Amino acid sequence: MSRYSIFSLARNALSYHENWGRAWRSPAPSREYDVVIVGAGGHGLATAYYLAREHNAGRIAVLEKGWLGGGNTGRNTTIVRSNYLWDEAALLYEKSLKLWEGLSQDLNYNVMFSQRGVMNLGHNLQDLRDIYRRCSANRLNGIDAEFLTPEDIKRKVPIMDTSPHTRYPVLGASFQPRGGVARHDAVAWGFARAADRLGVDIIQNCEVTGILREAGRVKGVQTSRGTILAPKVGVVVAGHCGVLAEMAGFRLPVESHPLQAFVSEPIKPVLHTVIMSNAVHGYVSQSDKGELVIGAGIDSYTGYGQRGSFNTIEGNVAAIVALFPMFSRVRMMRQWGGIVDTCPDACPIISKTPVEGLYFNCGWGTGGFKATPGSGWVFAHTIARDEPHALNAAFTIDRFHTGALIDEHGAAGVAH
Amino acid sequence: MSQPNRLDSGGRIDRDRPVHFTFNGARLSGFVGDTLASALLANGVHMVGRSFKYHRPRGIVGSGAEEPNAIFQLDEGAHTVPNPRATQVELYDDLVARSVNCWPTLEHDIGVVNGWFSRLLPAGFYYKTFMWPRSLWMTYERYIRKAAGLGESPMAPDPDRYERRNAHCDVLVVGAGPAGLAAALAAGRGGARVILVDEQNEFGGSLLGSGDSIDGVAAGEWVGRITAELEAMEEVTLLPRTTAFGYHDANFVTLNQRLTHHQPVRARTGCRERTWRVRAAQVVLATGAIERTMVFGNNDRPGVMLASAVSTYINRYAVLPGRQAVVFGNNDAIYRTALDLAAAGADVRAVVDSRRDAGGQWRSAAVERGVPVKAGCVVSRASGGRHVRAAEIYRLGDDGLGEAEDVIQCDLLAVSGGFSPAVHLHAQSGGRPVFDDARLCFVPGTSVQAERSAGAARAVFDLAGCLSDGAAAGAAAAREAGFDAGTVPEFDTAVVAGSPVEAMWLVPDRVAPGRGPKQFVDLQNDTSASDILLAAREGYRSIEHVKRYTALGFGTDQGKTGNINGMAILAGALGQSLADTGTTTFRPNYTPVTFGAIAARDVGPELFDPVRRTAMHDWHVENGAKFEDVGQWKRPWYYPRSGESMRDAVNRECLAVRNRAGILDASTLGKIDIKGPDAAAFLNMIYTNAWNRLGIGRCRYGLMLGEDGMVMDDGVTTRLADDHFYMTTTTGGAARVLGWMEQWLQTEWPHMKVYFTSVTDHWAVMSIAGPESRKVVERVCEGIDFSSAAFPFMSMREGRAAGVPARVFRISFSGELAYEINVPANCAQHVWDAVIRAGSDFDMMPYGTEAMHVLRAEKGFIIVGQDTDGSMTPIDLGMDWIVSTKKDFLGRRSLSRSDCVRTGRKQLVGLKSRDGVTVLPEGAQLVNEPSDATPVPMVGHVTSSYFSAALGHPIALAVVKGGLTRMGGSVHACTLDGRRIECEITSPVFYDPQGERMKQ
Amino acid sequence: MLKIKCPWCGERDQSEFSYGGEAHIVRPAEPDELGDEQWGDYLFFRTNTKGLHREQWVHSGGCRRWFNAVRDTVSYRFHGVYRHGEEGPGKDEPGSPS
Repeated sequence: MSRYSIFSLARNALSYHENWGRAWRSPAPSREYDVVIVGAGGHGLATAYYLAREHNAGRIAVLEKGWLGGGNTGRNTTIVRSNYLWDEAALLYEKSLKLWEGLSQDLNYNVMFSQRGVMNLGHNLQDLRDIYRRCSANRLNGIDAEFLTPEDIKRKVPIMDTSPHTRYPVLGASFQPRGGVARHDAVAWGFARAADRLGVDIIQNCEVTGILREAGRVKGVQTSRGTILAPKVGVVVAGHCGVLAEMAGFRLPVESHPLQAFVSEPIKPVLHTVIMSNAVHGYVSQSDKGELVIGAGIDSYTGYGQRGSFNTIEGNVAAIVALFPMFSRVRMMRQWGGIVDTCPDACPIISKTPVEGLYFNCGWGTGGFKATPGSGWVFAHTIARDEPHALNAAFTIDRFHTGALIDEHGAAGVAH
Repeated sequence: MSQPNRLDSGGRIDRDRPVHFTFNGARLSGFVGDTLASALLANGVHMVGRSFKYHRPRGIVGSGAEEPNAIFQLDEGAHTVPNPRATQVELYDDLVARSVNCWPTLEHDIGVVNGWFSRLLPAGFYYKTFMWPRSLWMTYERYIRKAAGLGESPMAPDPDRYERRNAHCDVLVVGAGPAGLAAALAAGRGGARVILVDEQNEFGGSLLGSGDSIDGVAAGEWVGRITAELEAMEEVTLLPRTTAFGYHDANFVTLNQRLTHHQPVRARTGCRERTWRVRAAQVVLATGAIERTMVFGNNDRPGVMLASAVSTYINRYAVLPGRQAVVFGNNDAIYRTALDLAAAGADVRAVVDSRRDAGGQWRSAAVERGVPVKAGCVVSRASGGRHVRAAEIYRLGDDGLGEAEDVIQCDLLAVSGGFSPAVHLHAQSGGRPVFDDARLCFVPGTSVQAERSAGAARAVFDLAGCLSDGAAAGAAAAREAGFDAGTVPEFDTAVVAGSPVEAMWLVPDRVAPGRGPKQFVDLQNDTSASDILLAAREGYRSIEHVKRYTALGFGTDQGKTGNINGMAILAGALGQSLADTGTTTFRPNYTPVTFGAIAARDVGPELFDPVRRTAMHDWHVENGAKFEDVGQWKRPWYYPRSGESMRDAVNRECLAVRNRAGILDASTLGKIDIKGPDAAAFLNMIYTNAWNRLGIGRCRYGLMLGEDGMVMDDGVTTRLADDHFYMTTTTGGAARVLGWMEQWLQTEWPHMKVYFTSVTDHWAVMSIAGPESRKVVERVCEGIDFSSAAFPFMSMREGRAAGVPARVFRISFSGELAYEINVPANCAQHVWDAVIRAGSDFDMMPYGTEAMHVLRAEKGFIIVGQDTDGSMTPIDLGMDWIVSTKKDFLGRRSLSRSDCVRTGRKQLVGLKSRDGVTVLPEGAQLVNEPSDATPVPMVGHVTSSYFSAALGHPIALAVVKGGLTRMGGSVHACTLDGRRIECEITSPVFYDPQGERMKQ
Repeated sequence: MLKIKCPWCGERDQSEFSYGGEAHIVRPAEPDELGDEQWGDYLFFRTNTKGLHREQWVHSGGCRRWFNAVRDTVSYRFHGVYRHGEEGPGKDEPGSPS
């Protein structure tokens, strides 16, 4: 397989780009693997990649019921940051952010990780206390964090309405300069290509229909393309984690909800950082192609339909127009939805399960994209060693029994 | 002012009403009834923009929503709009438009260098490069971003207003072409409430651009006749200039109505756009079909246009887009357009039909007219730069191109690759379009919601068919909505025998795709056939991968003209059928919709979210209050006097309360009236403490937990009668607490007889606090004995305040002697004024929430949501005293979970900075040992922090791991400016620890 | 946009309602007799059904009453609503309380 570079691009131009190799193979599933990963989203592909690269985990397959990267990986608003409040979350996301910083080179695939900074706005006095608290915690955890006044905000984002005459004036913000956005599809494709290069079989259009167990141990999976045996199975299927858990005979503290997002028509660069607000509910950034990429809050009801309700969109648009009155005349081009798996404490589960050899990575809610490399990295460790890494030791299913929740609601809210 | 391409007669323009406009600085003219696109073509302007990636010259291609190229910046200043399609902009006086994506000018565009390097820029090239050196990506990205994007955002707030309207109907008909008009008529005659919408300024759809006749009159006249009949129907609503842009669950369809877009900017008044939220019992989708382009070399040259668009420009706008025309396609539309061209006086030099043996009446008519037909031939390449100059015509061989046939000079190349039904809304409704192998298009599949498609929207392409199909659909919809539609209307029009379309997704070339001139599939995104083949070669095989990798269909036109060709090219490369390849998902919006129209009136300082003001709000404003947003409420924060800093004002207010008296507007507290024989039993479950024995007229503080054991809300509840309680909640928590109680009552304890009523807005509350407060309230109130014996702490008395029936509570959140007077809100200002007058003898001062916070913090009283964060139990707060061990209550079991009883939990404590002067920042994290290394173990954070004027030093509340066992010990508060402030851990009660003052 | 039939008020737009999660989660009568695991199951663990789901709604912008519904979480279609204490549609259907 050819390495990607400006030189290979030029070389291939001479042959009219007719000789580029496949980014990944389309192998038929083998009967047996050492590890099967269910779900070829970013997290699943990253898991396979790190299993192959760091743990020498043998024969690895990633099974995908549709097309790789077609779930939340390809539907999110691509925000990357690590400014979480609690130590457990902050250190996990920071690991991920560090991996992001070298990911294009690691994968030899430009994931367009753009460190344009992420700003979380505060609109009332309690917001400011929370922001200060989070910034202070971030600093002590070695994570970049700035506390901005309305004047600082105006300087950085002159197009925002920071006047005191709005319904909920902007009183301050946290800012993480190293945060930003990335090209979501490229993340899936880059991990797929890199994992494939390490021998991982990525099998698309292969739906898992059952989880084979014997005496409390996992034996493999039944799929739409036959039975596949494996002593270790890692499940990373986001909104569908409950469906897979049911196959394995247990329940999760997770509910699946619709989450909607939309983009404007492409416009010339006008917004150069990521803006998120809890109180004025919404988040917005501008893609490299020029679209304003805007995310909403989740729809309240359980839903697997990859679509939500229009009133959620209305509220969200109103919030963006409140922050940026000039965007009122810009036009919404396309809207869509995904299925997010939400945990009661807004933190994920990256954990062993009641079934030996079966591991679940789920519950990322609205914020999984930013964790893609870090999640794969710790999940690979968990599967390979049959025990969590220190970074994900707290993210067990068991915490919902002991009460040791990692409550990021205050820090996260809508904001992902 | 000449319009060289304007025909002398015909069209639906109003030649008596000329319109002047500016395009790229040039002053041009057209007529009312023109679109910007038709006016430009009338003026001979073909090249209108540059392409996204390669900056190739681009012209107007279509005549409606499908237009990929003619995208402009419309108007200026605050009124500017990025990216409208010229084909959908009705012309108005003084319209100003300019091309996007070119610099410095359209003619001399520096971006053309991209075209020179186009071989280095295949699909997805950016994934393969710009990776070295790592640090430079942000620089590369800046240039990539600059090159991308189309128009520019306005830079000023939108001066226009938008609104939203809800509507219900029996039958919603989308599209007012022949099928839609027939459907609306059929349903309307049956008595159904009908809404008929069409995106254009007038009804008629394809009929406006055709020479057909119906019921013996010209199509245009027939449209007028039908529209008039519909207009006369009381239950029918006609909405031109309205786009159905989204089809949601439960037959909820969103419409965007444009009210002022067609008027000169200076003449616009009122609402600019309206969003209709329609619930329809039945929906008829008569959305028509969109013509596909032909994919051949240089098929993007200005002057290459869709055949139907050419016909529309001729017939509807009286514009002849070219004089020497070649028409090329794979279906009968080419003959119709050739006939239109010939009739308009153009020299039709050839009709190039890829079908070898197409027959039918359209072709015969064209041949009769003397138009040369080249059957079994294709236009393999176009030539020309800023305008098409010639078509290279080849005979089709058995496998690819045969011999060269001819090179024909032309200034117009009209193409038709067949028609794709506009199945967008059907797909959004949950239907799955299926590929029709005979008609070579996706047609609506099984309906999932109460909708049906009619006419060209389900590939009925002939006029007679559309009319009868529409009428049948309208009648059926009305019937299913419960109306007797009676006789289905019939229409008389010529039935023309046509000849079927044949597949020609990618016109063969002498060389392989990618080696010759670019063959564009998606003009807006510069996606060519070779890009799709490259994607397939590289393993991007799902149509969704190809879409995302090549940007096919990702533009503002959402690939309306080329997507199907792209899918077919992919299917060919993968050796599978188009049906197996499938479509990408059709998502809302059908066409882009103004954000403002979706936000509607939910904007601005008053309407973005309702503002809640207390009854005394105006007084606070008049007395100089600064306000704080608490939930939706505006609360007085502090009342600065002139020249006074916030700290000075707050100190003054605090000292007034501590030394004399202060008055606080506490009306925003949540208030819930609880009544019923089981009221006390219910409170026992909701609060951690017990309520059975609370005497009538007595008050008690209560703490509410979530079922997870974490503190959720608090407040004082008073027993008014055996079966009657009056509960207060936090300001922000009122609605949540009411909902919480209702849920438990109705879903878990329905046997309990108890009722809740929210009375937050009914009662205004003024809290008079301070050692002189008794004297103040005594002067105002009647019928109450305020002596401590008669009216002890934590009790309530009823009487009159300034003549108004009042409930007076002797409770205290400041630690001082204090009374809360509750009066009906509509009398509150009167009472407040009386209290203020009574207080003036004692130098009583109004105080705001900031002083309230300081006063309560001095007493160690928590504020839920500030000193707690959803991870604090009452035990963590040192409030074991309020947690009953003798009864069950919500959250109780959670308190004994292993994590809740472990040592080292964070506990509420007081903090004093050791230096005695530093006010700690609220939110500052606490560490045991200051260190520069990271991560540093954090042991807690500052939750509340103030300067205490009463004590003369700063105080703070904080949560600290194991804090209750560390009294007198030290922690360091870490500020964001890098300071580490040593603090002493203390009791959270700083002032009057015995609580004597409030009991005086 | 869902259309929801309140058992008391009739069909109304979704915006008048609030969602209340899975239905038939009964609060344990004797919480003290449960271990942490059983209590945690009650607190947090849900079926999260893909398909017919028994769930609670409240007509918050109307009569403020809670009721149960059977809804398909994929098609979002309601298969029935019922008041508390009522059996609800199709007891044998998937998603019926066990």
